Amino acid sequence: MAIEDDVCVIGGGLAGMTAALRAAREGARVRLLSHKKSTLRHASGLVDILGYADGELVADPFDALPSLPETHPYRRVGDDAVRAGLSLFDDVTGDAYRGTHTDANALVATHGGTVKPTARYPTRVAPGLASQDRKTLLVGFDSLTAFDAPLAADHLAAAGVPGATRGVTVAFPGDFRADSRVTRSARALDDDETVEIANGSMPVRRALVRAVESHLGDAERIGFPAVLGEEESQEVRNALESALGIDVFEVPMGPPSLLGLGLETLFQEALAEAGVRRTTGNPVVEFDADDGRIRSVSTDRNGRPTPFHADEFVLATGGLVGKGIDSDREGVVEPVFDCHVPHPDDRYEWFDDEAFGDHPFARFGVTVDDDLRPLDAAGGTEYDNLRAAGSVLGGADFAAEKSGSGISLATGHAAGRAAGAAANQ
Amino acid sequence: MSDAPTHDADEFEPVDVFETTEMDLRPGADDCYKCSTCDTSCPVAEVDDEFPGPKFQGPEQWRLKRTEGHEIDDSITSCSNCMRCDDACPSSVPLSQMHNTARGEYVENQRFGREALSALADGNLREALDIVREGQDGLVERLRNRILANYHTSAWLASFMPSVANFVMNFGPARWAMAKTMGVTSEREFPEFADQTFREWWAARGGAQVSNPDKRIAYFHGCYSNFNTPEVGKAMVRVYEEFGYEVLVPPQKCSGTPMFANGMLGDARRHAETNVKNLAAAIENGAEIVASCTSCSMALGQEYPELFDLDGIEDVAAHTYEGVEYLRLHEDLEGALDETSVDGSEFAYHAPCHARNQGLDTQAVELFSDLDGVAIEDVGDSCSGISGTYGWKEEKYDYSMEIGEEMFEHMEHAAGETGMTECPTCAMQMEHGTGYEIRHPLELLEEALVTGS
Repeated sequence: MAIEDDVCVIGGGLAGMTAALRAAREGARVRLLSHKKSTLRHASGLVDILGYADGELVADPFDALPSLPETHPYRRVGDDAVRAGLSLFDDVTGDAYRGTHTDANALVATHGGTVKPTARYPTRVAPGLASQDRKTLLVGFDSLTAFDAPLAADHLAAAGVPGATRGVTVAFPGDFRADSRVTRSARALDDDETVEIANGSMPVRRALVRAVESHLGDAERIGFPAVLGEEESQEVRNALESALGIDVFEVPMGPPSLLGLGLETLFQEALAEAGVRRTTGNPVVEFDADDGRIRSVSTDRNGRPTPFHADEFVLATGGLVGKGIDSDREGVVEPVFDCHVPHPDDRYEWFDDEAFGDHPFARFGVTVDDDLRPLDAAGGTEYDNLRAAGSVLGGADFAAEKSGSGISLATGHAAGRAAGAAANQ
Repeated sequence: MSDAPTHDADEFEPVDVFETTEMDLRPGADDCYKCSTCDTSCPVAEVDDEFPGPKFQGPEQWRLKRTEGHEIDDSITSCSNCMRCDDACPSSVPLSQMHNTARGEYVENQRFGREALSALADGNLREALDIVREGQDGLVERLRNRILANYHTSAWLASFMPSVANFVMNFGPARWAMAKTMGVTSEREFPEFADQTFREWWAARGGAQVSNPDKRIAYFHGCYSNFNTPEVGKAMVRVYEEFGYEVLVPPQKCSGTPMFANGMLGDARRHAETNVKNLAAAIENGAEIVASCTSCSMALGQEYPELFDLDGIEDVAAHTYEGVEYLRLHEDLEGALDETSVDGSEFAYHAPCHARNQGLDTQAVELFSDLDGVAIEDVGDSCSGISGTYGWKEEKYDYSMEIGEEMFEHMEHAAGETGMTECPTCAMQMEHGTGYEIRHPLELLEEALVTGS
């Protein structure tokens, strides 16, 4: 008789998990389908709402929302949905995140030495805010080439951060592989493993303190790449802080990102608690519809379909990067339901000639009504019981705006609530 | 106009520009953007600092060996083929396929095998001897791996005298000798061989008890349900007959899982030929293929079409299901379980790695959570650590137990004192680490739907 649920969410990123969680809180039986492990492990772990509008740095995203174009996803769902999405996030993350005390953006230093305006940031990152006028030492590890601390410090200085910032590269203590994984050093610090150093052996936390203390100088805080523990990060930072006598913070890193993994774990726990059923491993490729309603979607495994039935569906498959929007020389498509994706016929109008120009393709995605239901080319709804959330939505250039997580939270929340409520009727 | 051949734009395939090999994994290698996520989800790399991880074993090694003089790195033999990297990759790089292919090539290239034979064939006795002498250490390991990979052969032999085999296989001095000479760990108890194999039982009961041309399945029991745990196979048959299915039990050989993991692609292919032929015939006969072991369904559904080119192999892959999965999709299993109950049982459930990529890792807990009389708890998403033959190797045993540590702990914390999993070797490891009795979801279905009420 097949697998049946009230709400079926397609996509396991931030938007999909938020939608599933919100729908479950409406009392619906929810299934979350995802092709692979959550993409949150590729995310920095920072949660932005709106960092830039018209290329200008935004101090308070909520002040700037009304100035966004009508077609922007934030305008579709409204300010209240943005706040509601953020509040759900705060509820899921609790003590692990900071930033709830203000609407204003915080400025967080990234591993490239840029400053990112962001609404919520991990507690592990908090002592390092770039807006604070404190002398800062950044420490990189020679085996971790993704973070060049001296270069990042130079970039931050060039960006004009208030506190003086120096960078130094040291060897991570112990005899680890040159291409050792970030999780390996994190685990060593979690367990405070004994490591071999030049003359003898000692616990790795102490060895790390030894390796950096001669570089401290007059630094008032010290930043490491975000590899300081996976399960016991608080304990690791506490131990380093008490030995070094100054604040210790972590710098968000690219994939595989421990901060992203931590966020993924928090959401997974919330989903399990809410009773969301998860099926992972195969992509959704087809659907069945009649009478203007989706009846089921099917995953594919080497040519074998597995159908999942539900009353309401949420499409949260991501944008051009996440493959929720696809393109070839002929056009731009949304591959699961073939929802209409507006784009110029002439391929040469999809992009700007400047690499960092204002590219139309960055805004490609499905267009939706106020209930987040995708619209067809004529402006009618594609399906009564299909809603879309996250980067599959068009109208926002999330990379330029720094708005990706916020859009996922706001539209995931709105789509999940609407789908859950509709399923209950 | 030049004399250069012209291409019809529609027929032109860019891949034709490159020299093709038998298995062209180039598109897969090109899809890797080196995010290293696979490395962080590899259970072996987690505990074995010498293991360079799936990214190296897959796309990087594939590129390296395009260059003359680069052979497959020894470390490929440390990959346990859990296939977790496949599930982690955001870019759908066929990592496990690359690993299987590389491992096959590594084993194929071991000098003392093929080259010694060809030296002999050329009449160069001295050279053949040199090759064998140089590769002697590897020779034993290769023999050991071959024996582990061909479990079905040992089990088949043992099935003639199961009680003698059970005694000998766990006889102290014999195990000591096996550890010393072959590198098979003496830490583990060999699984017991059943007095009556599944197939013997099947023949003795006169085969199918239900005949139904409209609802037919072909049961792929695999080696373990046949020789060691026929109760799983019997449960499978009884549950399906309860739902009115005609069960076929086609002639079959090993699915190939342990052979892939040991690079014995030649052996695996021979077995696949038999399996594909008989299973394709069953499909012709209106049956869908159902396996009770998630590694068997993984082999038939994914590794077969990835590694071999046989008539009907795509068809077999597209018609293969796991035992509980098929019923769930085609019957009102939830409804049937709503109306029944079992005597109080609490289970600590572990999802096998090979269940994950098939989308089956949450199915047992979902299904049994609402069954009256049952409490079931997922013991987390870590790997059990045994990964088929991996944990049987003397040099891997400690790693295997270190990987399994998290699962053992979670099992101890779970309320249930009985374990549950679909995978026979995960079951071995669960039992080995906790002393719990381990059951298969099909056995609980049998109790709930056939024998219980």
